[in-house]
Parts: sequence; C-alpha cells; structure tokens
Amino acid sequence: MQNDTVTFVIDQKEVRARRGQTILEAAEQAGVYIPRLCHLKGLTPHGSCRVCTVRVNGRYQAACTYPVADDLVVENDTEELRTLRRDLLEMLLVEGNHFCMFCEKSGHCELQALAYRHSIAAPKYPHLWPRREVDASHPDVLLDRNRCVLCGRCVRVSRDVDGKNVFGFVGRGPHRHLGVNSRRGLGGSDLSADDQAVTVCPVGCLLRKRTAFQVPVGQRRFDRQPIGAEVGAGAGSPQPSESPMQ
Amino acid sequence: MVTQTMLEPHTQQDQTRRIVIEPLTRVEGHGKVSILLDENNQVTEARLHIVEFRGFERFIQGRPFWEVPVLVQRLCGICPVSHHLCAAKAMDQIVGVDELTPTAEKIRRLMHYGQIFQSHALHFFYLASPDLLFGFESEPAMRNVVGVASVYPDLARQGVLMRKYGQEIIRATAGKRIHGTGAVPGGVNKNLSVVERDALLRDIDQMLDWSRQAVAIAAEYVEKNAETLADFGSFESNYLSIVREDGAMDLYDGSLRAVDADGQIIFDGVVPQDYAKVLAEEVRPWSYMKFPFIRSLGPEWGWYRVGPLARLNTCQFIDTPEADAAREKFRDWSGGRPCHSTLAYHWARMVEVLHAAEKIRELLHDPDLQGTDLMATGERREEAVAILEAPRGTLFHHYRVDRQDRVVMANLIVSTTSNNEAMNRSIRKVAEDYLSGKPEISEAMLNHVEVAIRAYDPCLSCATHAYGQMPLEVRLTNSAGETLDVKRRP
Repeated sequence: MQNDTVTFVIDQKEVRARRGQTILEAAEQAGVYIPRLCHLKGLTPHGSCRVCTVRVNGRYQAACTYPVADDLVVENDTEELRTLRRDLLEMLLVEGNHFCMFCEKSGHCELQALAYRHSIAAPKYPHLWPRREVDASHPDVLLDRNRCVLCGRCVRVSRDVDGKNVFGFVGRGPHRHLGVNSRRGLGGSDLSADDQAVTVCPVGCLLRKRTAFQVPVGQRRFDRQPIGAEVGAGAGSPQPSESPMQ
Repeated sequence: MVTQTMLEPHTQQDQTRRIVIEPLTRVEGHGKVSILLDENNQVTEARLHIVEFRGFERFIQGRPFWEVPVLVQRLCGICPVSHHLCAAKAMDQIVGVDELTPTAEKIRRLMHYGQIFQSHALHFFYLASPDLLFGFESEPAMRNVVGVASVYPDLARQGVLMRKYGQEIIRATAGKRIHGTGAVPGGVNKNLSVVERDALLRDIDQMLDWSRQAVAIAAEYVEKNAETLADFGSFESNYLSIVREDGAMDLYDGSLRAVDADGQIIFDGVVPQDYAKVLAEEVRPWSYMKFPFIRSLGPEWGWYRVGPLARLNTCQFIDTPEADAAREKFRDWSGGRPCHSTLAYHWARMVEVLHAAEKIRELLHDPDLQGTDLMATGERREEAVAILEAPRGTLFHHYRVDRQDRVVMANLIVSTTSNNEAMNRSIRKVAEDYLSGKPEISEAMLNHVEVAIRAYDPCLSCATHAYGQMPLEVRLTNSAGETLDVKRRP
C-alpha cells in the first residue's frame, strides 16, 4: 500500500505533502507562495494562465496542475522564473484594455497586485487595444470584457458551485472571449448578483453594480498587504475572492 | 468694451508678419499664442490657440456612471478634485440623492477647500510670483520658483508648505493627494479620523497666518502698481459664478449669477439644470477650445470671465470674517464697482486662499467630520447637471445615463473655457500696448503676453480635455511664410 505522504524539495527546502496534492497546494501549506491567477482554491485546476509556472526536475510545469511526488526538485523563486512570470503578466496587461487609474477593482485586483509584486511599472510590449464588448444588460452585474484575462474562474464557479453554467468561452486563439448563455446578454441569463461566480473574478471584468469605490484607498485588499504575503506569513487563510466553496 | 469682430481674422494677409509664442510657460497644459502684425508693425490679430485634444466627453460614453468621478478627474493633475467632486455631485442626482448626509457634505467641502488652497498656493508662489517679485522684464533665468527660493527663501518655503498642506487635506479625505476616490455617488467612502483631524489641526494656524501674509503681498503689489495694472491686459467684462442663496461666496454649491461690467445682475438664482437656458457655446475653427457666452447677450457681448476675480465681483459677502474683510478692501480699491483689472486676479485668488483656510479651520472643529453616516440613497434618474467653483472658475458637468447604468452623453464646460474670450482679449490688449510698432522680438516682450495669460491661471489641458507637456516657441515669419526668427524655451 502506497504511503500517503510524499517528500519533495522546493526552493532548496524539503517539504512533506499529502499524496494527491498539487505542487501549488503543497507549497502553500508549507508557507511557500507560488504566484497564480487562474487558480482558485476548491475548484478544478485550469492551468491556463501559466503564472504559476515552476521548474520540476528541470522542466517547466504549471504548479496548479502538477501532482506532488517523492523526490521532485521544484524551482519556484528564481530569477529566471520571476522573469518568465513578469513576461506573462505583461502580455496579459497589453492584450486587454487595463486602465488601473479608473478601474474600480484597483487595489483589489490580483493582476494589478501581481504586476506590483513583479515590479512592472509599465509593460514593455506594445498594447494591442482590442475592441471588447461591455455587457451592462444585467440590472445588478456588469461584464466588462475589456478587463477579462480568460482565467475561467467564473466559468468554473458558475458550473461547479452555482450550478448554472452562465459563462463559457467562445472562439479560439486571439478571438477567444467570455460568452454568456443567453442571446440577450447577461441580462437574459439566470445569473443572480448573489451568485458566487460574481465574486471570484480576479480582475475588474465581472462586477456587482453600484458598489464601486466604497472601500477607501488605504483599506483596499492589497493596500493592507501585498499579494502572497498571507502565505509567507503562514496564515494560509483564504482571502475573500478565493473562498467560493466556504 | 472690445467687440468680438476685433479678434477675428485679418482679411488683408499681404505684408503681415506672424509671431507665435509656443509653447506657453508657467501655465498648466499646452498652448500657443499667435500675433499678426501689419506692414506698420501694428497688431491686427492676437489669439490663444489650444493645440491639444483629448475627447473625454466622447470616451466616457459607455462607461458605468459610478466610474465617472474617478475617471474624469484624470483630465487634470492640478485640480482633479474639482472634476472628481463635480462629477460626484452629478452622480448624486443620478442615484436620486438631493441631500447628502452632513458628514458626506462636510467631508467633500473639506476636500474642496483643501484643493482650492493647494491649487491657488501653487499658482501664486510657483507660477506667478516670479513675475510679481522680479518684474516682467527681469532675468529669465530667475523667473521661476528656484529663482524665488534663492532670493526669498522664506516665501518659497511657505508656498511649498501651503501646497503640501492642501494636498494633505485631499489625501485625508480622498485617500490620495492626487486622483483619490473619496466621493462616490450618494456620499463619501470615508470620514476624517481623529488622528487625521489632529494632524491637520496642528498646522492650521500657521496656514492662516501665511494666507494673511499672501493676501497682503498680493494687495500691496496691486496697489503699488495700480497705474500700470489698471490697464494691463484689462477691460470691462461680464462675470459669472455660483453664489449661495443669500449671496455669499460658495465654492462648492449654489446657483448661477452673472453680473455686467457695472455689477448689475444679468441673471441670478439659475439652478444648474437650467444652465443651457442662459449659456451657450460657440465653436471657432482655429481653436479646440469653445467660446461660451450668455445667451441673452449673444456671442459678441455675452462673453464673461470666471475665477477668483469673477467670484469677488459676483458675491455680496464672504461668510468667513477675515476673507470678508479682505474682500471689502478689494472692493473699496475698485471703487465699489466690479474690479476689471486682469492682474487683480492674483489678489482675489489670495483672498480665496484665506477664505479656504478659514473654512478648513471651521470644518476641522466640526464633530460631523467623524460621523459614520456616509451614504444616502434615492430614486434613480437619467440626467444630471452639477456645477461647482473650481480654483480657476465655474465648472459644469452634464451627463445622461441610460437604464443599464451607462453614460450616453457628457458635456463638460471647464473654467478655462469660460475665460477663453477674455484671455484672447488680454493677449490682444497687451500685444497692442507693448508690441505694436516694435520690429524686434524681445524675451521681455513675450513675457508680458504670458503674464496676462497667467493671471487667469489657465489650465489648458482641462480646457480641451487635452494631454501633454508644457513648454514656448516664438516664430517670426514674413508675409511669404518664411521664418525670419525663432526663439524657443525648453
């Protein structure tokens, strides 16, 4: 019978983990933060943003999908991987229309917080300035696709937690975008403002209407502590947008 | 009064020379001045051109209304609070709120007085004082705040610290010194903590003292140079501002009042929603900045001035004692009539600095600022007009919002736009008085033109909802369009 515990190394630190955990989960439990964007605790891993890329025995892998095993050697906090993640974040920033200066998610936004963590003052790639649709048809929820990073959190939570399947991806490659299950837009769907799907967007794409800017500057989520600090501090407690299952 | 046609294009273009001052310095934003001289070197045309275009009114269309107070303030880095608050006042109406909670109203007022205080201090000490202290024809290398600091270190320090104090008020009420988020539709998102209040109270007496001194400096300057200033870039005009119901100066809220050159009321008590009934805007092909005018008087006679000078000319009194005493002295100096001296803007501006400091002290002692009832609610509406007095003058925000909460129409009339005609006239006047008949361009001559523009403290970025840096080029061309001489400032 296989032992339930495995031991592996991450950033030269030996870590014990439960068999079946992903590298990201095991690292977090051991107080090692691996940056991530599409991952959400309690949901099926998506592995799409690649921000959690680590080297496992020398090969690039997504930490949110790769299961732990004995004798793995994981590199996470290295200059090479920080640079790689910075490039991924910069590409995400230029491929959408992200205007932090007036975005109501500013200070609560995981993409912005990761950009700060990776010292991105301004992206080095040219902005693509895509034309994206804003869907304001729902009385209580705004869908601003300008800011969508295709993380799939709302898709998974609507399907797996809310049991509604309101969201899904449409199109391929650069044309891929977030669709809703009604021809009349979000207002024609059965989405409710109380659905968990509305709370899990890491950026300012899916928002409850008329709640903007109610938290003053200085008290916003990432004003209080930078992203990832809760893992390093050993608190390990999930933050609001990371706990749709609780 | 000069008529509009005197500013219009010179039809006989032969034998003329054009002088271009570009970019203008020590003003906010990009602009240039062009002056046309005929064969006898007489000024035939003088214009202020705004050379930028930003289009905020267009690109906020489609955005949710609650974003607007935070979005439109990006028009400006000098007085973003004005746009932030004016948009928030409009969005209060959109969410059906006609009366804020006392805490919200007072927090917003405190933010606004902090804004007036820091913006006026910036203009007077950093931008205008070099001209006033050293003279219009002084050494150009000294005509900046560093020059002021080298000769009058205490004065420069006061300017820096007064601006800082105003910015700290903004930070305490809006969350950030520039581009904060404090005002939200229906109220504010924070009160003033006791710690924040006490920190601001520590320095308020010093600020009041420096404000009194600033009024004295500006008054003394105007009085000592009365003979020159009476005429310098000056002319009789109409004036516009909001005033409180009882006729008091109110920079945050009130109804529109316009007076003519003799101080007679043109209209009074006009509520913001009716602004378009009394005012209209004209477009001219040579500037991105529109030309507003009073409808009943038409474009030729209906142009008006806004800002500190206008506010002192329209109000009956100021509801803080020291500023009111300063206002009375100002009024006496102009013989009880409206003051038409363009450079008296500086004096009026410092009277308002004192008023703002008095208001700040009054508010800091008000326990309502520590209240926790921050938001009000009401029935949703689809159209709103809000007006407030920005540092540079009356600011109008007009929006329509659809049932899906998206902005579908926006019209912003900013202070500098209202002063467009007047600034052009001041340039024309100074050009005629100081340039006509003189073939050579001197730096001092150019600075006279700029001194007249600076008196208005124009914000050219705001005026066109425009974008960029701020630097001065003067070009002398002959009638064939060949460049004879160019002078440029970095």
